Amino acid sequence: MLKTFKIGGIHPAENKLSAKKAIEVLPLPKTVTIMVAQHIGAPSKVIVSRGDQVKVGQVVAQSAGFVSTNIHASVSGKVAKIDTLIDSSGYKKEAIVITVEGDEWLETIDRSPDLISNINLEPKAIVDKILQAGIVGLGGATFPTHVKLSPPPGMKAEVLLINGVECEPYLTADHRLMLERSDEMMVGIQILMKALQVTKAVIGIENNKPDAIAKLSELSKKYHGIEICPLKVQYPQGGEKQLIKAVTGREVPSGALPIAVGAVVNNVGTALAVYEAVMKNKPLFERIVTVTGKSVKNPSNFLVRIGTPVSQLIEAAGGLPDDTAKVISGGPMMGKAIPSIEIAVTKGTSGILLIPETEGHRKAMQNCIRCGRCVTACPMGLEPFLLMTLAEKRLWERSEKESVMDCIECGSCSYSCPANRPLLDYIRLGKMTVGGIIRNRKS
Amino acid sequence: MSKLLTITPSPHIHQGDSVDKIMYRVIFALIPALAWSFFVFGLSAVMVTLTAVLACVIFEWLIQKFMLKTEPTIKDGSAVLTGILLAMNLPAQIPLWIIILGSLVAIGIAKLSFGGLGQNIFNPALVGRVFLLISFPVQMTSWPNVTKNIVDATTEATPLALVKEGLKNGTPFNEIVADLPAYSELLLGKFSGSMGEVSALLLLAGLVYMLVRKVVTWHIPVTTLGTIAIFTGILWLIDPSGNADPMFHLLTGGVMLGAIFMATDMVTSPMSKRGQLIYSVGIGAITVCIRVWGAYPEGISFAILIMNAFTPLINNYLKPKRFGEKK
Repeated sequence: MLKTFKIGGIHPAENKLSAKKAIEVLPLPKTVTIMVAQHIGAPSKVIVSRGDQVKVGQVVAQSAGFVSTNIHASVSGKVAKIDTLIDSSGYKKEAIVITVEGDEWLETIDRSPDLISNINLEPKAIVDKILQAGIVGLGGATFPTHVKLSPPPGMKAEVLLINGVECEPYLTADHRLMLERSDEMMVGIQILMKALQVTKAVIGIENNKPDAIAKLSELSKKYHGIEICPLKVQYPQGGEKQLIKAVTGREVPSGALPIAVGAVVNNVGTALAVYEAVMKNKPLFERIVTVTGKSVKNPSNFLVRIGTPVSQLIEAAGGLPDDTAKVISGGPMMGKAIPSIEIAVTKGTSGILLIPETEGHRKAMQNCIRCGRCVTACPMGLEPFLLMTLAEKRLWERSEKESVMDCIECGSCSYSCPANRPLLDYIRLGKMTVGGIIRNRKS
Repeated sequence: MSKLLTITPSPHIHQGDSVDKIMYRVIFALIPALAWSFFVFGLSAVMVTLTAVLACVIFEWLIQKFMLKTEPTIKDGSAVLTGILLAMNLPAQIPLWIIILGSLVAIGIAKLSFGGLGQNIFNPALVGRVFLLISFPVQMTSWPNVTKNIVDATTEATPLALVKEGLKNGTPFNEIVADLPAYSELLLGKFSGSMGEVSALLLLAGLVYMLVRKVVTWHIPVTTLGTIAIFTGILWLIDPSGNADPMFHLLTGGVMLGAIFMATDMVTSPMSKRGQLIYSVGIGAITVCIRVWGAYPEGISFAILIMNAFTPLINNYLKPKRFGEKK
């Protein structure tokens, strides 16, 4: 029997429309907009000014703290302005706009296609290189990778888990990456293993990607210490805690980090970026993005420079369909509906999903009939119906007791509710308020 | 580009099920047993069902429109379902005005006074039935005679009542049961009783449909029936002549209808699986106690209502297993 996590879970229609489409390199845009805050943690500090000439791979904003990272120019050209522009949240934030001139890369970057697989650097040097290259978790959470690779004192990683689950419907960027960039990714995993000083890595892949499982299983004979773990298709298996449970059987305690059970999780895209950074000196300035949707003419997977406007990706996939109601950055379960297609691709953009009118609106809410489907679906063992009521009634103390802070916002509850109740909306309100109360108590 | 985009928080897709669909699926599951009761009891059963359904729907509409001044919710199917369940809990020859009164109690008092669908503590159809049973004991226990293959105006007692009466008088169970329809006939539904109680087989068919369509899980019906079988089995093993056997208990009375369609009501049963097990064991045990030692021959209606009252308490104390719970 295939492994999976044990509590809750749902199985939405997979709709992997672009699964068979090879990764295409998207042509360079005329200008790019590089957001200064595109990772979890402190926004980076801008170090270029208007009129500066930059090359591809040059640092344009520097890490501003431990949980922060560098940001690089993804194109060569002239800094047109440093401005505040909206990002996927709809809020205006600091951004560097670069007008593209040619495609001149830093000389230090090795652009040859040869695979380099002997890892000479020491763990510390690897982690430093990852920080310099601005690598963050490419699954969508964008947590700086060098932080994950530096366990707190007294904690030791035992196993590295590589997330190739891609449990979000529609998205196929990780799937294509595993198929087309497999060798580089495997070396990347070995680099991560060395950085963490672990001897074992496991790649978790859902069973709906048999080609990726077959290919990587074959390769794993060559790459010592890397195992492939096929998983039963179940959302949200790509959630860090769910993946650890599925692969190792260990349960990360409430409120703790994966390292508490000796695990570190990194996405397959991150592993590839690590390879490029460490072996090729190439910082993170491009990523693979799926552009998809039921009305999209050519659902595709593109290799995109960070800062490219979303509108260009949509154009390359056949244009914006007339019936588009929503544009989602990410997948349909956890992605963000973006306010404009002129916003720029960031390090965390795993996909652009166009949702048609027919599915673009919520249905009218009905009374809760206590069917318990939200409870059955919740992968954290919570009671979403109760958390919603508690948030409506503003009973924050009770919300905290009912573990509202454990919610991972996967959306399985709202997805399952036959009465169309906005469960997750209210739970987010609860998390925000209770989180504030907890922070106040500590200070 | 000036296209207006919709912004909502995630998730952006929905599984597509609705409250209405769930209600109509339960109604669909009831159709075989209901159709059988039309066949067995004839036109009077059709009249009882029509009256109960119409009365429930109309009362819900009237009360919501004119008393509560809210948007009527009759389209969600829950009032229709309450009407059908109430009808199936009544004898086929009951005067229609009694049904209308029962519908008013079910919809007005048991459902809407608590806040409507999802807010009620007790199963509305059962509240209606028990109200009528207590208020009109004679009419509620006059069953049309069906065992002679003709439905006539004479009435007869249910097998459960006959056995209870006989055992009280000291007649051994095997002698009483010899005069009753065979178990195969009880299973198919050729005995007197409330409209919906008669065919265990067709009620079970409804259960299979609901399990397949994932309207209910096995926990409540199987545990309730299992508890009744085990409890009565123990009593029967201790004293086979003074007690009815478990098969008899399962096939007669409202046990099947209750365990499959009334106890499983989502609104009034616990949400966690562990809670559902406790709830169903309670229903089974109370049913047997009433049947064996109580004043009424049948007790599942009371048993379900009593356990309905415990549901909020069970929900409060039996939490699902949290992920990463600190021990």
